[in-house]
Amino acid sequence: LQDIRNTVGNIPMEWYQEFPHIGYDLDGKKIYKPIRSKDELDEFLEKMENPEYWRTVQDRLTGADVTLSDEQLELIQRLQKGQFGDINFDPYEPAVDFFSHEVRIHPVTNRPADKRSFIPSLVEKEKVSKLVHAIKMGWIQPRKPKDDSPVFYDLWAREDPNSILGRHKMHIPAPKLPLPGHAESYNPPPEFLLSPEEESAWEQQEPAERKLNFVPRKFQSLRAVPAYPRFIQERFERCLDLYLCPRQRKMRVNVDPEDLIPKLPKPRDLQPFPTTQALIYRGHSSLVRTISVSPSGQWLVSGSDDGTLRLWEVSSARCLRCVPVGSVVTSVAWNPNPSVCLLAVAVDERALLLNPGLGDRLLLSSTDQLLQSWEAPQEERIQPVRWIPASPEEFRSGIRLVLEHGKPVTQVTWHGKGDYWASVQRNPGGAQVLIHQSSRRWSQSPFRKSPGLIQCVQFHPCRPYFLVASQRSVRIYNLLRQELCKKLDSNCQWISSMAVHPGGDNVICGSYDSKLAWFDLDLSTRPYKLLRHHRRALRSVAFHRRYPLFASGSDDGTVIVCHGMVYSDLLQNALLVPLKVLKGHVNSLDLGVLQVLFHPTQPWIFSSGADGTVRLYT
Amino acid sequence: SVPRRLCILKGIYPHEPKHKKKVNKGSTAPRTFYLLKDIKFLLHEPIVNKFREYKVFVRKLRKAYGKSEWGTVERLKDNKPTYKLDHIVKERYPTFIDALRDLDDALSMCFLFSTFPRTGKCHVQTIQLCRRLAVEFQNYVIASRSLRKVFLSIKGIYYQAEVLGQPITWITPYAFSHDHPTDVDYRVMATFTEFYTTLLGFVNFRLYHSLNLLYPPKIDSQAEDELKPAEGKEYAMDSESYLERLSALSASLARAVAPAHEEEVEMDEFPVEGETAEQMDSKKKEQEALEKHKKLFEGLRFFLNREVPREPLAFVIRCFGGQVSWDKSLCIGATYDATDPSITHHIIDRPRVDKQVVGRYYLQPQWVFDSVNAKLCLPVADYFPGVLLPPHLSPFVTEKEGDYIPPEKLKLLALQRGENPGAGSSQKSEEEEEEEEDDNDNDKEEEEEVDESEKEEEMKLQKMEDQKTQSTQSNKALPVKVTAGKVRLEDKQRLEQEQQSEEKRLAIMMMKKREKYLYKKIMFGKKRKIREANKLAEKRKAHDAALKEQKKKSKKARQV
Repeated sequence: LQDIRNTVGNIPMEWYQEFPHIGYDLDGKKIYKPIRSKDELDEFLEKMENPEYWRTVQDRLTGADVTLSDEQLELIQRLQKGQFGDINFDPYEPAVDFFSHEVRIHPVTNRPADKRSFIPSLVEKEKVSKLVHAIKMGWIQPRKPKDDSPVFYDLWAREDPNSILGRHKMHIPAPKLPLPGHAESYNPPPEFLLSPEEESAWEQQEPAERKLNFVPRKFQSLRAVPAYPRFIQERFERCLDLYLCPRQRKMRVNVDPEDLIPKLPKPRDLQPFPTTQALIYRGHSSLVRTISVSPSGQWLVSGSDDGTLRLWEVSSARCLRCVPVGSVVTSVAWNPNPSVCLLAVAVDERALLLNPGLGDRLLLSSTDQLLQSWEAPQEERIQPVRWIPASPEEFRSGIRLVLEHGKPVTQVTWHGKGDYWASVQRNPGGAQVLIHQSSRRWSQSPFRKSPGLIQCVQFHPCRPYFLVASQRSVRIYNLLRQELCKKLDSNCQWISSMAVHPGGDNVICGSYDSKLAWFDLDLSTRPYKLLRHHRRALRSVAFHRRYPLFASGSDDGTVIVCHGMVYSDLLQNALLVPLKVLKGHVNSLDLGVLQVLFHPTQPWIFSSGADGTVRLYT
Repeated sequence: SVPRRLCILKGIYPHEPKHKKKVNKGSTAPRTFYLLKDIKFLLHEPIVNKFREYKVFVRKLRKAYGKSEWGTVERLKDNKPTYKLDHIVKERYPTFIDALRDLDDALSMCFLFSTFPRTGKCHVQTIQLCRRLAVEFQNYVIASRSLRKVFLSIKGIYYQAEVLGQPITWITPYAFSHDHPTDVDYRVMATFTEFYTTLLGFVNFRLYHSLNLLYPPKIDSQAEDELKPAEGKEYAMDSESYLERLSALSASLARAVAPAHEEEVEMDEFPVEGETAEQMDSKKKEQEALEKHKKLFEGLRFFLNREVPREPLAFVIRCFGGQVSWDKSLCIGATYDATDPSITHHIIDRPRVDKQVVGRYYLQPQWVFDSVNAKLCLPVADYFPGVLLPPHLSPFVTEKEGDYIPPEKLKLLALQRGENPGAGSSQKSEEEEEEEEDDNDNDKEEEEEVDESEKEEEMKLQKMEDQKTQSTQSNKALPVKVTAGKVRLEDKQRLEQEQQSEEKRLAIMMMKKREKYLYKKIMFGKKRKIREANKLAEKRKAHDAALKEQKKKSKKARQV
């Protein structure tokens, strides 16, 4: 067998697949691949015929077939079983511990010991001597046992006022905890214990809302008292309060409530004023919207929702006449001129001039003459309303002239001289205020455009002014110069009524939001005082012509009479004192008093109410 | 966290800004605001550096633990940075009086911490320190006899002492183990306690020195001999038994300077005139009463039974000059035995006494507390064992006019005034009370009258009207009938009252809006107060009536 050792080394043999040789031998000559001309059939035949076929393997390096010997086979089988290749090797030989824990008398190694292991270390000696020196010199001292307990001394031995910080002045000390009351006792008086209802109410409350933060309990003896389960929590809450609660200095209001009540003159000293209900004028079957008194103070006229006007004698409460006008009477006004006896009445869409037929006959006839003395002018002027003479049956009931407005009329009011009068009609966007002259049967609309919804108008008692109250404000116009001279802001939501002081410098306004505003025209355009006496909407306000009195009637069924003294001295403000709350009207339809009116000469007051009565208080 | 601890230690608290919206950028959400000045002030505090050092220390320690370098750990632990709060105490309380004024919370906290178990929630050192300081303070109060009021509440026991004219109130819990709540941050409490112990230590030092007592308090040598256990058996370690003996509260303390023989301090008298003389007189009387109060239990010898809470009772009795002892097995410091014939009061809290010794009162513990609050030794009959105790009233309540006063309090006041106690006085007081109640009722009625008078007027008017309408109708239908009118007597007083009330109502109408609001608020508060007082009185009345009924029934049953 020749030695054909391949010298290519450990390389993938497929590199030689293309070549006829398979590598090089020791001499550098090519080793050629053995001729392999066997096909599948030859292979099969070989397999069937050659008994050594199963132990024949190909040598990858030479490509020659090698038949394995018996020893080689055995080795392969042993390796396949995971056994050692060498048969003689015993893997379970007893182990001999060479480096063991046992100390031997002989050295393990034969190496001789170093010299330095016999001589003391110089470095260590140096270190030790240094330490010894340091100890001798007292540089190093033994560690003292630590004493943790704090040391106390007289901290405030020298109280130096200069060392107090400036910020200490601003310091707000925390308030102390409230001291316990009887209820917290372990054995409280029986009235401090909670009843079962109170206890359940206590449990349902939020912890922050509770008045007591514990339930009072009673124990028979001291030994029965248990520990309080929330003790630590309460201490903790106190801690939180101390460092988390914002602190603030608050001045405690220490006021005697009696001092808050203003010192006013006593009503007794401000007499006369109406105090008691004297007369009731009955007859109307529906609410009495409006009343008016004759300038002499002898007669009273009232207009009601039942479509009638009633004329009363003031002193006897007798109904003298009843004039049916056919519709709701919204406003009546007696002519203030004592030489003329005439009534202006607002009924639905008409305004009537009515001769009541009461009192002096001469006066009545002269009034009629005054009205009839009118002559139609040559040229017809365009008027906002139509003046129509009354029909005969109307004439018999006293009606003299009818003014067709075409819109519902809400108010009529006379000028002080008794010739001019004004009416307000509900005509949003158009002319709302009309001024009429009864002697010339002539009307005009003074304003080109209207300032909102007009509530009421009033002639100034002594100057040529005209006051118009819209929803929120009162405008004062100068009629001569035809310009706006003042606008009063009322601070109210909706003005209901207005009255002018006979002196002419003060105006009061009632409003539906239950306020009464007193204006001093010399002072400001804002209210001098806003009075909230009534509990519900104000319907009407009035001034007395002679006495310093004014009154207001409201939906809550009361009339409040106040003293309103105006001084001629400009420096002194008006004095307002409520004098009397007059009651008597019964509320119906959620309405109480609809109009209040003072007697022209006496300190009496009339009020008309929703219960269909007119009452006189004296 | 560091800022929180700083705020607590330095006593910095938030402030309520004047213009909340302006500060809070237009929002009204609740936020806490600190003054900028305060925060800057905190930055200058030297203790901040100590905190930083501590943080570094903790970091190093953790690292050493992580690397298992035990030598380093030891070394670090030995050099643990510490800080002192002395300068903060001085800064926060520049004068001693300031410190005394703020002592309430400190004492309550120390007493609470001293009852904590020695394991768990806090450091043992803190708890021991708290215990020590609390005991020292109690000993001071005993030595100076400055206790004034005691109150047994369901929360704990309130004490009030007067130190240098400042009332100091604190609360101690009943001696039970705590059920530690989970919703409490003990770190916050520990920070507070850290400061409070420092404060209390300095205050104690100063207080002891003001009485010429040695500060780390020492028990009088004479008393110490008595206290030494006779059998020679060691009761506890020396360091421990010292605190134990101190906390027994039964021995007097050693003084730095021997006290001069009971020098009575007498007030110098100055010749004064008029009102000041009266004031001086009243002051003098007050002083005498106080002296008498301080010597309330002088000469009495108490013995506490085992079931009685020893510490509070011993404290209170010793504060008023009494001598007290207890069973030897209960606590150290017992000076005499239960069989001692000189015992005058035996405090017992069980329904029956087995063996009664002649010559002493057997009383329930409430007697001691009630006597202290009443400033006199109360009659003992109500406090015998097994007897239903009279209510225990709070001494902190001083009833003003219009407040509800429980009848027991009235009785007590009568006793203090020196009226003879007994059935007569009690009846009288009851009558008085009834009268008072009547008065209250009258007041109420008057108030109602004010409201009702309006209604009445309306009613009257209505009636008149009705009559009138009837009469007008009847005029037509029936013949006129004249009946003799009745003479109506006009009650002048009533009329005047009505007029006045009307005037008032009219004046109220003229008030300004703001004042009216204030007035209404005040009146509402007053009315509510009256209502509450009336409610309490009513409840009491019902309770008494029920009690009487029961008594009657039981009597009847007995007769049958």
